[in-house]
Amino acid sequence: MSAADPAGPQADRIWDLGLLFITLGSVVYAVVIGFLLYALWQGGRRVESVGGPAVEHGLTQWVAGAIVVTTVLLLGLLVANLAVGRATAEFAQPGALTIRVTGHQWWWEIEYADPEPSRRVVTANEIHIPVGRQVRVEVSSRDVIHSFWVPNLHGKLDLTPGYRASTVLRADRPGVYHGRCAEFCGLQHARMDFRVIAESPGRFAAWYEGQLRPGRAPATTLEQQGQQVFLSRGCVLCHTVRGSAAGSRVGPDLTHLASRGTIAAGTLPNTRGHLAGWVLDPQSIKPGVLMPPNQLAANELRALLAYLQSLN
Amino acid sequence: MSSVADCGGGGGAGRARSGAVALLLLGVLAACERERRVYREVPPGATAFPAVQTGELQAGPPTADPTAGAYQENRWAVSQGQILFTQFNCAGCHSAGGGGGMGPPLNDPEWIYGSDPENIFATVVEGRPNGMPSFRGRIGNAQVWQLVAYVRTLGGLTAKDTWPARADAMDEVGPEPDPMPRGAL
Repeated sequence: MSAADPAGPQADRIWDLGLLFITLGSVVYAVVIGFLLYALWQGGRRVESVGGPAVEHGLTQWVAGAIVVTTVLLLGLLVANLAVGRATAEFAQPGALTIRVTGHQWWWEIEYADPEPSRRVVTANEIHIPVGRQVRVEVSSRDVIHSFWVPNLHGKLDLTPGYRASTVLRADRPGVYHGRCAEFCGLQHARMDFRVIAESPGRFAAWYEGQLRPGRAPATTLEQQGQQVFLSRGCVLCHTVRGSAAGSRVGPDLTHLASRGTIAAGTLPNTRGHLAGWVLDPQSIKPGVLMPPNQLAANELRALLAYLQSLN
Repeated sequence: MSSVADCGGGGGAGRARSGAVALLLLGVLAACERERRVYREVPPGATAFPAVQTGELQAGPPTADPTAGAYQENRWAVSQGQILFTQFNCAGCHSAGGGGGMGPPLNDPEWIYGSDPENIFATVVEGRPNGMPSFRGRIGNAQVWQLVAYVRTLGGLTAKDTWPARADAMDEVGPEPDPMPRGAL
């Protein structure tokens, strides 16, 4: 993740503004240091030559000139800043994709808004967007203030409880862009990452159709046992698997867990071993995370993992 | 500290300075006295749910759990319990403030099956006749103790300074609508 590698028009403008600030700041710095060195050199000579308290008539003009130059520069930067602010707050065009992002301690809930309720998709920690299409991101929080930041695509946007803010972004080239929480939000703030996967409209549509499906029904006996474990143990009280009896929204939606690249908000790659460690003892991986440890027998765990990994 | 007083030179100034340092130290050390908060309450696989005998309309015998006391009157545990109370929909039967509804009220000190923490723990884990479901295996031990710590504040069974002043969790209503819908302009 880097703001210096913009992948969309908004990030592009922000980076241009950053470059302008860096360049102007460097020039001003160099000029001021130059004047300082000149003053040290010249001032030393003057004291030697004049001897008494020097009355410097030239100074007033220099100071006045510096004030004018500073004012002009600052006003210029202000105008550039406002222009970029205006350009990046570009209003959503009709046909923009709307995504609702909700911050939780410490994961991201992603909901794709659709006028038709049956076509709404809820997922976690992974945002798929089509390349070249405007995406309107609406953010809010369920507990504390978080901040949504994908440096390659846009600046930061605060997630405030009880308030819905929004912005518009667009990815112009496909890729996986890392995002993270940019506002200290508690113990595991540093492990609150997400990924934005920008892909061709065709691939996005295919992914979206896949996410619309309910959780896959268990195919093997082991997966059936795993589903029973899921529904009869602690999992069911916090997680949703659409198509099953699990419908709680305390933790991330697990309907298509196996299709996601990471678990625990970007903390670990989504592999069988990591999943097992996470289910049994999340506190050793993310101390303070709101998922409690689970006491499962070996055969229960094996069945549960088979079931979870079948949810693609 | 004596070195600070020494280098102060004059007696009055030195005393004032060492007094200030003592005050500062007091402040710093007072800040050390914080409530204990454990993140990894139960090592995985350490304890199963304690077996409790539930008779007819009587409290089961209290189960001795060495960790139980850590949650009582602990503000962190109480606030977590308050969040869980909403999230696990305890409010569905006992109402949001514990006023009762489909289930009995929780905001009085009289509990049908005993009001000791261990009794309430057993009630949650085992369930009770006439409607209280058993949450055995569904809610972790630590979370049950947090719930217990919270519901005991509802009934005024704990010291008042641990009672939650307001909900730490957001209300269930969604956020305010955008005051200035961007698409409209």
